[in-house]
Parts: sequence; C-alpha cells; structure tokens
Amino acid sequence: MTRRLLDIDKVSIRVRGAGKKSRSHSVLVNSVSCHVNAGEVLAIIGANGAGKSTLLNAIAGDIAFTGSITIDGVAEQAKLRARQVAVLPQLSLLNFPYRVSEVVGLARIPHDSGRQRDDEIVQEALTLMDISYLSERLYTELSGGEKQRVQLARVFAQIWQQDDAPNGTRLLLLDEPTAALDLGHQKLLMGAIRELAKHGVAVVMVLHDINLAARYADKALALLCSERLAFGTIEQVITRQNIKSLFDVDVHIAQHPEHNSPVVIGL
Amino acid sequence: MHPLGQQQSFSNRTIVISCACALLPISFFLALAFGTVSISFSDTLWSLLHSVVGSESASGSSLGSGTDLASRLKLTSRTDLIVQQIRLPRALLAAIVGALLGICGATTQGLFRNPLADPSLIGVTAGASAGAALTIFFAGSLTSLSGLPGLGLVSIGAFIGGSIAVILVYSLATNTQGTSVATMLLAGIAITALAGSLTNILEFFGDEQILRRISLWRMGGLDGASYQRVAIAAVFGSIILVILPRFSTALNALLLGESEARHLGLSVQSIKIKLVLLVAAGVGISVALAGTIAFIGLIIPHMIRLLIGPDHRYLLPISALGGAILLLLSDTIARTIVSPIELPVGLVTAILGAPFFISLLRRRHEFGMR
Repeated sequence: MTRRLLDIDKVSIRVRGAGKKSRSHSVLVNSVSCHVNAGEVLAIIGANGAGKSTLLNAIAGDIAFTGSITIDGVAEQAKLRARQVAVLPQLSLLNFPYRVSEVVGLARIPHDSGRQRDDEIVQEALTLMDISYLSERLYTELSGGEKQRVQLARVFAQIWQQDDAPNGTRLLLLDEPTAALDLGHQKLLMGAIRELAKHGVAVVMVLHDINLAARYADKALALLCSERLAFGTIEQVITRQNIKSLFDVDVHIAQHPEHNSPVVIGL
Repeated sequence: MHPLGQQQSFSNRTIVISCACALLPISFFLALAFGTVSISFSDTLWSLLHSVVGSESASGSSLGSGTDLASRLKLTSRTDLIVQQIRLPRALLAAIVGALLGICGATTQGLFRNPLADPSLIGVTAGASAGAALTIFFAGSLTSLSGLPGLGLVSIGAFIGGSIAVILVYSLATNTQGTSVATMLLAGIAITALAGSLTNILEFFGDEQILRRISLWRMGGLDGASYQRVAIAAVFGSIILVILPRFSTALNALLLGESEARHLGLSVQSIKIKLVLLVAAGVGISVALAGTIAFIGLIIPHMIRLLIGPDHRYLLPISALGGAILLLLSDTIARTIVSPIELPVGLVTAILGAPFFISLLRRRHEFGMR
C-alpha cells in the first residue's frame, strides 16, 4: 500500500518580464505534473535554468504558481507544517558566528519535544552528517562542504522523528545537496537520504550528478526548458536519448556492475 | 560532542551575564557620585538611601534620635538636591535610554542579518529627529512641550519618523537574497540627508520661538533629564524591553534567512513588521527624550556577540544591560572630563564608537560581507 505523499498537477510558474514596458511573462515552469510516494526519492534533473529550483521553491511554498501541489496530510498551521516539510536551499546566507550545534538546534524551533530530546536529536543529526567533531566550532569558520553538511544536519533534525510529524507526513526538499560535498560525503548523504526514505519520508532533490540520481533515486523528473521531458523510474528517464535532449551531449549508458542501475558515461 | 567546549561557552556566558549585572549598579553609582560638585561615595549612598526611605522617615516620627537625624538632614540637603533632583533622574534616563539603544541595535542587526546595521547609521535616528522636529513645528503652538503631554507628543512624532525611515531603508536594501550592506548604508545616508534637510527647513521657516525650541531640543542630550522624562522613558521603555526578547527565537531563525525562517514555521512578514515598529518606537523615544546618541546600538551588541555568540535569547537582554552601562559611563565622562563644562554625551559615544566602527569595517570579511 503506497501512499502518494506529494502530488504535483499541471504546475506552472510565471514571473513578470524584466523589461518594464513588456507585459510579457516569462514562464519558468510550464504545466509540470509528477508525484512522489512516501518512502520514495525523486531526483529532478535538467540543465541550468530549466526550472528545477523554481519547482522546488513552489513545493516549499515560497513562490506563487498555478495548478495544484498537494501534500497528503499537510497541516494548516505553519508551525505544524514545519514539522512535516524541511527545505534545504541552494545557497545559505548565514554569516553570524553561531556554533555548529546551535545552527542544527534551530531546526527544533517548531517542535515542543523538550530541550533534552532536542539536544539528543541535534547530536544524532551531527553524527549522521559526520560533523560531531565540529559541534562547538563557529559556523562562519567552516569550509563550504562543512557548512553544507551543517545545513543538511539542520534539515534532517527538523523532520527527525515520524512521531513529531502530524499525520506522519514527512517531506524533505533538497536543492543540490551534494554540490559542495566530496565523494565520501556524497555517499554518506545519499545513504542518510535512503535511510530516511526507508522510514516513510518522501524526498525531492535537485541533482546535477546524473549518476548519483540513477544510483540513489527511485524516480526522476527531467525538466527541459521549463517543461517536463520525462517522468518515471530511473530506467525510463535516464536514457541516451533523454540525456542528449537535456544536455546536448552524446553519452553511453552502461549498467552498474552491482546495482543494475544505469551509469552514464560521458565523452 | 565536546563536553569541554559546551562547558566553556556556558561559563563564558555566565561570566558575561554576572559582569553585566555587577557593572550596572556600579556605573549607576558612579554616575551619581561624579560631577561638577564632587560628592563622596558615602554621602552619595546616604542620599540615595534617603531618596528611597526619605518620605517614610520624614512623615514617621517614630525615630528616637530625631534631632540627630534632622541635623544630618540639614547638612546633606545640598547633596540631596544634587543627587536626588539632578543626578538621579539623569542616571535613570541614561540607563533606560542606553538599554533601549542597546537592545534596538541588537534587534536591527538581527533583522537586517547584518552586524553593521545600527539605528543611527541607517537613518532611523535622523528620521526620528525629523519626526520630532515636525511635531514641535506644528504642535508647538498647541501645547507647551515641556509637560508630559508635550513630551509624549514629541515621542510619538519621533516614533513615526523613525518608522518611516526604517521601512524605507529596509525596503530599499532588502530583496529575497537578503540585505545588501552597501545599499543599506547608502540608503541610510540618503534618508539621513533627507531627514536632516527637512529639519533644517523647519528651522528656517519656524518663528523664533519654534526655532529656539527645535534647536534646544536638538542639542538636548541627557542634561534635560527630569522625572517627567524618566516616567515616559520608564513606561514605554519597559514595554519595549519586555516585548523585544519575546522575538529572540524568531530573530535566531531569521539569521538563517527569511525563507529558511518561514520553513521553520514562522510568519516572517508579520514578525518583521512588529520588529521594525518596536525598534522605531525604541529609537524614537530615546531620540525624543535624550536627543541623538550614536553608536551605542552598534558597539554594544557587537561586543556582546563576540563574547557570547549571536543567540538572541542572551544577546538581547545583555545588550540592554551593556547599553545602559555604556551610556551611564559615557555620560559621567561627558559631565566630568572638562568640568564645569559639559560635553554632549553623543560626542563621547561618537568618539568611542567611530574608531570601533572603522575597525569593524576593516574586518568586515570576517562577517562574510563584501
């Protein structure tokens, strides 16, 4: 019995054109539909400017759209909704000298689970992202990859327990979570995401690394020039032809020696 | 987890809190003891005790050694006058205004996500001044501005002026990407210039009496302290000092960014509006009652943040304490350094604050600013 946790139906996002006189609206996302079940990981792939982050922001509730985005069992109240939906933005602007544990602790603001439990969750999330040794360091002194892992630990800590989320709805939205990470921590992160999915979290992430998407996601949504090119299982979406359409490169698709997932071999 | 680190930061915070709590009464006492007329510490203490229990001992004749007390009272009546009628209201006003400036500075910096955002640098103070001048200009004929209603009216004018300034600067400098430092400071210059010229125009067109009132008020400073001013400052100040710390968690989340704060379940827009209005009220009141005092809102939150970190649950109250201490000490210096001439206290805070600001600008990369 699968529960369709996120349903995106014919979503379009327009912004007013930059020129003052032109009343033209530029379309960032054009009538895109897809869905994610609880326990599934969806990867959004596509070229720069295809509308991946814009779609993610719309799911997060940050920008206006037409069409419908339904999150099953989502709470009305903002504080309760924050226990269900966590968002990792592409870019973090934090430039105040919080300690790492304090940054992760901010994730517990919407919760009433008590100081002690919050501290435990913060420590567990730090351990999960392999940054417990940075716990008392200042965030502003960290490297880009370390900052990224702190922010990841923060969004994980926000939806850490199924019991905290009303109706058991948990949705994790990640915008390029692997961008600043080294190979080892990419694998660590993907393992953590799979673990969350195993516990019923629906994950939507924008990824540039097609092979990471192929290896760790259950489904993929390919966006080409604001429109949906393909949506479905990894095998359905990551094909030679689709990659050619998306990125205008010729690739060879091989099979992963252990996992049977497709592997894209570039030129 | 480094238990030692946790321990250390915890004790660091405790030390700073206890130091601030100890320094406040000390600086308050110094402000009472030092001045043009030197009064010994014991006499100051005696007079202060007097002012607290004075009414009781005067009315109650239960004290056995009545004549002894009476002679003592006579001897110290001049001291009493100086301490109770001149220095005490002034010290109280300095403490409240300093606390308001400190906490408003800390809030502004959190709201703008920028450690350089000080009410006096981003035009709020100038806006409040213009608002107060406008009130004096147009309402000066209606009420005598020395009484409680007059002061209240000027405070409201200052509040409205400050609100308009902070809203203008905020909307000019902030987009979804956050607040741009350069735009914020430039907008601050523009608003300050605009508000300054408005005040000058009013002075130019005002008749002699209004001109005198505006310029007297502009020079203002803490030397106009009276119990009336203290009463207004205490009422509005304590409201702001109580309400602002309730936004600590929201400010903590806002440092992450506005959309991040929204994703943590906060209604960012309404919180922003409330904070802007509270800051404008705090700065407006302090401008209306004590004139323009620069840099306290910059120096204090910054120093406290260096000591205990940016957690607003501690930063806001300790910034209030620190602001009170700094303004008390600055005012004591201003009154005594070239005694019997009094320097405006804004001059002292500016002399302390400007080099501090320059050193901050030189190290701005440490705050991730360009």
